[in-house]
Amino acid sequence: MWKFLLPFAAFVALVVLFAFGLSPNRDIHELPSPLIGKPAPEFALADVMDDTRIVSNSTLKGQVYVMNVWASWCLPCRQEHAQLLAISRQNIVPIIGLDYMDQREKAKQLLEQLGNPYTAVPFDKDGRAAIDWGVYGAPETYLVNAKGQIVFKFISPITAEIWQKEFLPRIAAARSGA
Amino acid sequence: MKSKIGAALISLGLALYACGACAQEQGPGLDAHGQLQNPALQLRFERITKELRCLVCQNESIADSNVELASDLRRQVREMLVGGKSDDAIFSFMTDRYGEFVRFAPPLTAKTALIWGAPFVMLLLGGIVVFRVARQRSRMPLDE
Repeated sequence: MWKFLLPFAAFVALVVLFAFGLSPNRDIHELPSPLIGKPAPEFALADVMDDTRIVSNSTLKGQVYVMNVWASWCLPCRQEHAQLLAISRQNIVPIIGLDYMDQREKAKQLLEQLGNPYTAVPFDKDGRAAIDWGVYGAPETYLVNAKGQIVFKFISPITAEIWQKEFLPRIAAARSGA
Repeated sequence: MKSKIGAALISLGLALYACGACAQEQGPGLDAHGQLQNPALQLRFERITKELRCLVCQNESIADSNVELASDLRRQVREMLVGGKSDDAIFSFMTDRYGEFVRFAPPLTAKTALIWGAPFVMLLLGGIVVFRVARQRSRMPLDE
């Protein structure tokens, strides 16, 4: 009995392991952020569009907002750009666009040409604000609730489906005080 | 003759490439070779950066990686060392932002017990199997 059962159990365990490990829906580079549920790190940086304007997320306390990490050199960011524009037109939440290790002129030019989905574009030239947020690539998108806590982090370009499924319900929950 | 010249060119190219990869870093508290002026700090710097994972390449340490994020994190470590921060403070700065995964050798806690314990469990299981098989074989009659 054991002679049959043990190898069979081992086989089933391997199948489960492989089904999890080789699943095409799983991004092996995606890491859980330790910052979920923690206060969003504060920054005060000059705006890409107007360097006399200082952008700080401390003025957003009490508001639900989205922070998108992007750069003009980042191709996947270009991919999600149209989607971000569509989202910004719906005026659901303010979108902050943290410009990550970029050249200001290039970033500004890109937003002027393709449209600017951001309410503010803090310029994080040396990536210090990004380190505080645990950013390790672009694009990354964070959702911050009214208490100023990070409630969700999404890595890779946003699509309409992701926005519908992952962001909208969480935004609604953050608004209702959950 | 020709192949000798070719080989020389290739090695020259490799040497140039290697030099490009080890671009020297600059900053406050650094000497001309991109090392911390204080040798004790430089030693700690090397040990800490070898212990931290570069999250872009994931199997390289931030000491080995040429990715921009790694160089930013090296700068961060260097600044914290010069600022008199302890090793523990630097490691917790990193794990607070990037999670335990940034450490190649995470500290032994309830959460990481499985990682640390798994090799011993595997060894034990393997040992049991070998022991049982060996005992069974020794009981088998020697026909031949």
